[in-house]
Amino acid sequence: MEVTSDKFRAAAARSLADTQLQRALARIPERFVAARARAAAEFGEFEQLRAAGAAIRERALARLDVLLERFEAEAVCRGASVHWAVDAAEANRIVLDIARGHGVRRIVKSKSMVTEECALNDALEAAGLAVLETDLGEYILQLARERPSHIIAPVIHKNREEVTELFSARHRRPRSTDIAALCQEAREILRPQFFAADMGISGANFLVAETGSVALFTNEGNGRLVTTLPRVHVAIAGIEKVVETLGELAALARLLPRSATGQAISNYFTLLTGVRGATESDGPEAFHIVLLDNGRSRLLGSELRPILRCIRCGACLNHCPVYQTVGGHAYGWVYPGPMGAVWTPALVGLERARELPEAATFCGQCQVACPVMIPLPDLLRRLRTRTTAEHLRPARERLALNLWGYAARHPRLYALLAAFAARVLYRLGRRRGWVRWLPLAAGWTATRDFPAGEGRTAREVLRRERGG
Amino acid sequence: MRVGLFITCLADLLRPSLARAARTLLALTGAEVVVPRRQTCCGQPALNAGDPATTRALALKLAREFADCDAVVLPSGSCAGTLRIHYPGLFAERPEAERRDIEALAARTHELAEFLDTRLPEVPGRHAGRVTYHDSCSGLRELGVKQAPRALLARVPGLELVEMMNAEDCCGFGGTFALKYGAISAAICDRKCAAIRASGAGTVTGGDLGCLMHLAGRLQRTGDTTTRVLHWAEIVAGTSGAQAWK
Repeated sequence: MEVTSDKFRAAAARSLADTQLQRALARIPERFVAARARAAAEFGEFEQLRAAGAAIRERALARLDVLLERFEAEAVCRGASVHWAVDAAEANRIVLDIARGHGVRRIVKSKSMVTEECALNDALEAAGLAVLETDLGEYILQLARERPSHIIAPVIHKNREEVTELFSARHRRPRSTDIAALCQEAREILRPQFFAADMGISGANFLVAETGSVALFTNEGNGRLVTTLPRVHVAIAGIEKVVETLGELAALARLLPRSATGQAISNYFTLLTGVRGATESDGPEAFHIVLLDNGRSRLLGSELRPILRCIRCGACLNHCPVYQTVGGHAYGWVYPGPMGAVWTPALVGLERARELPEAATFCGQCQVACPVMIPLPDLLRRLRTRTTAEHLRPARERLALNLWGYAARHPRLYALLAAFAARVLYRLGRRRGWVRWLPLAAGWTATRDFPAGEGRTAREVLRRERGG
Repeated sequence: MRVGLFITCLADLLRPSLARAARTLLALTGAEVVVPRRQTCCGQPALNAGDPATTRALALKLAREFADCDAVVLPSGSCAGTLRIHYPGLFAERPEAERRDIEALAARTHELAEFLDTRLPEVPGRHAGRVTYHDSCSGLRELGVKQAPRALLARVPGLELVEMMNAEDCCGFGGTFALKYGAISAAICDRKCAAIRASGAGTVTGGDLGCLMHLAGRLQRTGDTTTRVLHWAEIVAGTSGAQAWK
């Protein structure tokens, strides 16, 4: 998928001007933030649960190689095939080979961010395969030829009127603006496709090493149809998604839906283990699991390692004042918000996404909301340090910082400059106490007045009072 | 007890009345209050701009200047957080002697409200009307400053403390973020301004000057010239009057 994170600033400006988007984003606090808070309060010991979740994920990362091999062995002995993909291109090639090997022509998908990361649909369609997204949000986006703007609510940027327009243009049915009717319409269009498909593709919320299982948390039921009706099922997962035991999965199962949507449990929880047995009536004949690295193993030994705990709940997006203001598309790749501001530079390279760690207020809401206690502001700060160390910071910014740093280390010079600045500001704003335009702080005064101060620095004032 | 007041660079440049208020309140606790003259900035901007080396240099400078103080007090949650939470991490791999100094500094660093909470015998300030308190992020989430400033404000005669909606939400300041992403910063601020107005309070207060100048500057730019913006210490000390940002 194309990376446009270097255009964050321009994209954010468009988001701010998009009144429809702003109305959609305004729903986030009640729909997600309040819902999570209620679910956490209802659970009672949510902080202990978060600590347990962090420990479980950290334990898995500490033995990632061992757990992945165990996962492979357990999955294989239950009839699944496990494939290892070093990058997105290899993952796509593997899926394409599987499709060809099974004579597949029609594919249905359930929602998967990792396939967005690989741009899998493009690769499959380029090879002449028909791919249909069956998650309602993803289906809408496929019709509209847009990207998800949220990792669990992909279509959050659209309103029902837009969906009405889209459906009536593409489905050629009587138009409706009733949400239930729109859902029913999509259901009627999608249902026969599940039966007609040769292959289903899903992601994986977790991989369970001790049973070789793939765990899926879904709300629409399409995930079950995708993974059980077609004769071939392909699940794609980042290698970091593994946990050791079903017991650990149970703890994470309490954490994920509450953090994501405020649900105690998602409408469907599916644990997929092996292929259809000789005495079983459901399930695929072939079950392929693609384990994707795509830069993750590199993070293991790096200072960004805690991001590998991420369980993709979206809580950090929902709680982020910047995400709430500009939406997901501005971030320019697959993963938006605070986690995206770490994942994107980590996976595509800091030089292509250096704006994202900068565009954060460090308010810390993301860290407080994160179900696995990832220190997101710290990780963003580390990325900012790398931006400086790797000379990716604009010269002007570097110069300003160096000059300021020099002055701050030299108290006499600093006192002189501060006293001078205090007088200049006071003169500039004398009449109203506010300065409307400052050439050196134009980024501030474009949207806010700057205080003119009192004409003296505080140290001057205190010294004079003491003297007097 | 010898208490060193770290004014913070923003208050030094823009808000002497806050420095005056902080010194007044600290003196009321019976402590000997000193204001080391060579103090500049705690280095938070450098830390958040990817230059921890400069922050380390400023940390050592600060530790030297406040070496003879039993407590270092700052009228800012984010600056206090820099000293207490971030400094030690920056010295994890530095020589033992430096690390010891910095950890000792962190251990005796206090945000002003926390320090005054149990120590302030009397409240000199008077205030007529409703005040709403904005929880600045760093003070709240790094240091857990929540009740102390509210408790101090509640002791001011005439003052009625009212809570705004989502008082803990970020105001959009974020240090250099406010300069680099001014439009996003202002848009976040507009939500906060709306919450302030809806609270029915004529005055908004908080514990971090960065957030306050951002709020006040946005209120001013959007034509709100009646809502007053003050640091809580100015209200408690009664040094606010004519100095309010409005």
